Order: sequence, then structure tokens, then C-alpha cells
Amino acid sequence: VCRLSSDEKPGKFQPPPKPVIIDKLKQIEERRFLSPEFIPPRGRMDPLKFFIERKDMIQRRKVFNIPEFYVGHILAVTTADLYAKDKVNRFVGICIQRGGKGLGATFVLRNVIEDQGVEICYELYNPRIQAIEVLKLEKRLDDNLMYLRDALPEYSTFDVNMKPETRLDHEEIPVNKLQVRMKPKPWSKRWERPRYNIKGIKFELPEKVMKEAQKWSQPWLEFDMLREYDTSKIEEKIWKEVNEELKK
Amino acid sequence: SITGACGGIQKLTRVRVVDNSTLGNTPYHRPPKCIHVYNKAGVGKVGDKILLAIKGEKKKALIVGQKMPGPTMTPKFDSNNVVLIEDNGNPVGTRIKTPIPYILRQREGEFSKVLAIARNFV
Repeated sequence: VCRLSSDEKPGKFQPPPKPVIIDKLKQIEERRFLSPEFIPPRGRMDPLKFFIERKDMIQRRKVFNIPEFYVGHILAVTTADLYAKDKVNRFVGICIQRGGKGLGATFVLRNVIEDQGVEICYELYNPRIQAIEVLKLEKRLDDNLMYLRDALPEYSTFDVNMKPETRLDHEEIPVNKLQVRMKPKPWSKRWERPRYNIKGIKFELPEKVMKEAQKWSQPWLEFDMLREYDTSKIEEKIWKEVNEELKK
Repeated sequence: SITGACGGIQKLTRVRVVDNSTLGNTPYHRPPKCIHVYNKAGVGKVGDKILLAIKGEKKKALIVGQKMPGPTMTPKFDSNNVVLIEDNGNPVGTRIKTPIPYILRQREGEFSKVLAIARNFV
């Protein structure tokens, strides 16, 4: 059907409007992610210091996009390096740990290149970082993957030329329930002990050893009220604050 | 390796030779150990020269990677890596497969020949 304009001349082709489907049965909840370095640590410091730090962090985020990522994601980081080829250095690795609060927040990437394990600790808000790309999205069973140092090297090798994976939904991130096999003992830390609370290792140790390790369990720790730090209300406040600033 | 991370490379640390020289790669019943660090402090970091005892001989070497974490944005390796060197700075081997940190490029004058054999950089 050719729509003629008022001048009775065939105007530019205007495609028909796309139908907008609103599924009222399915309520799409937007997932909230607040980067852990925004949450102030527990202490008696003046909240003004954290407020000023958050302003600086938001300033940096406006200029440079720091994507949402968790421990277990595979990232590619390009940094500016005076002594590298083309002044740019690209490193691909799995995020083992995220530490630090405020502007000094860091994350450690690990990869095995030519049978040599390499770990680099990057600062999130360092101006030398040019780009952070998320190559693979998956959470692991633990918050801290330091045990990968004592695991077989195949679990830490990742292809440097991996293609970035696009996110399907703005909803759940898949959890990889991989049980990692370890090198023979001795390890750098005694990962079988309950203080590390690791669920992602396939312990092939004899039962005797596992029972011995349970001797060091401290079951009263989870009920200790002095160690409680409820961050839900603080998170809500900071989430609103950060979102408002970012939209400006 | 068996020991945990130390504060750098000092006397009597076991070290891994990373180039393809015969001295470094032929098996011996004792691992190559550091006997002296050419530094005011007795601890060697990446880019320092040390004296190694390999196969009953003394040989100078250059530290290319260490287990101890260095300044941020620099790589930390899973083993203490070392490249065998002559007294005048010429490397003994012909190829270095393992990755080498870009920081060594800062002292291009002293290490130009070592950096020329290196294949991968981190």
C-alpha cells in the first residue's frame, strides 16, 4: 500500500510501526548490581570520606565504562604501557579475586601462557586502563578462586584470542558448578579446611584427612552477633545515589 | 615448586632456568640455586643480576619473573624465572619461550640482547 503524502507524490518509504508486545504475565525485574567497592567497610570512619570517594569513582565511571563482572568471569584488559609494543598491553585472564574498597579497588586476573602461570593485579580506577571487556560470563561457586594456583594448569588456561560473548538477558548470570581437580599436596594453603569454605574443589583426599580438617571448624562464627554487618540498607542508599549521579 | 613465596630472590633460592641453553636444560640431581645477588640489598627483584650454581659451575643470570607480587599492573609469575647470561651481558641460550614482563624494556641498553631472543611479552 503506497502512502501518498498530501502533495499526491510518492514520498519516502515509511515502514509500518513495529508492534510493541507487553507481556503483563511476566514481570521483568531489572537486576540491580552495585559494585562491591562502593560499599564502605565496617568501621568508625567519617562517612564524608566515603562520600567524596564515591563522587570521584562516579566521575571516572562516566568517562570510562567499567562493566559489571564477578569472580570467575574471563576478562580482557588493555592498559597503556610505555614499554609495550604500540604503547598498549592486552591481557586475558580469569578474575580470581576482587579486593579493596573505594578508589583502590583491585581485581586479580590469572592465565597460563606457555606453561607459565601469570597473575596480574589491576586497579579498577587506574587511569592507565584503556578498556575492560568481558569475554565470558559465568559465576563460580566461590568468591575467591585462589585455589586455582594449586589446581591443574588446564583449569587456568584461556585462549588469548577468545571472542567476547554477548549477554542474552538482563537477568541471571549462569553459575558454573565446575569441580576443579588439584595437583598433589602440598598446596599453598590448606584448602580443605572449613575456614576457606570452598565448594568448587573435587577433594580426592582420604576421608581421614577430611575428618581431621573438620577439627578446625568454628561453627559458632555464623551466629556471632558482633561480626554481623548488614549492608542491605546502606546498599539501597548508595544505589540510589550512584544511579542519580550517573544519569546526570 | 615446594616452598612458598619469598620476598624476592636471595641466596640459596631454587630457581627455574627459562631459556633453551644446554646448561639450563640438562637434568642434574640438584636444582640451580642462587649464590649471590648483585645488589646493595641481598634481595633480587625482576631485572637484577644474580650468580647461579648450576651443575657444579658458577654462572651469572638475569631475573625475569618472580613469585613475589611487585608494583600494581606488573605480572606475578608462578615460579622464579631466570635467564642465563655471560659476564658481558650476552645470553647463553637462543630462545625464551616463557612470557617476560614489559618492565625489562625500560633498561633496553643493558638487556637488549636478552629482549631480542624473547618471544612472548606480558
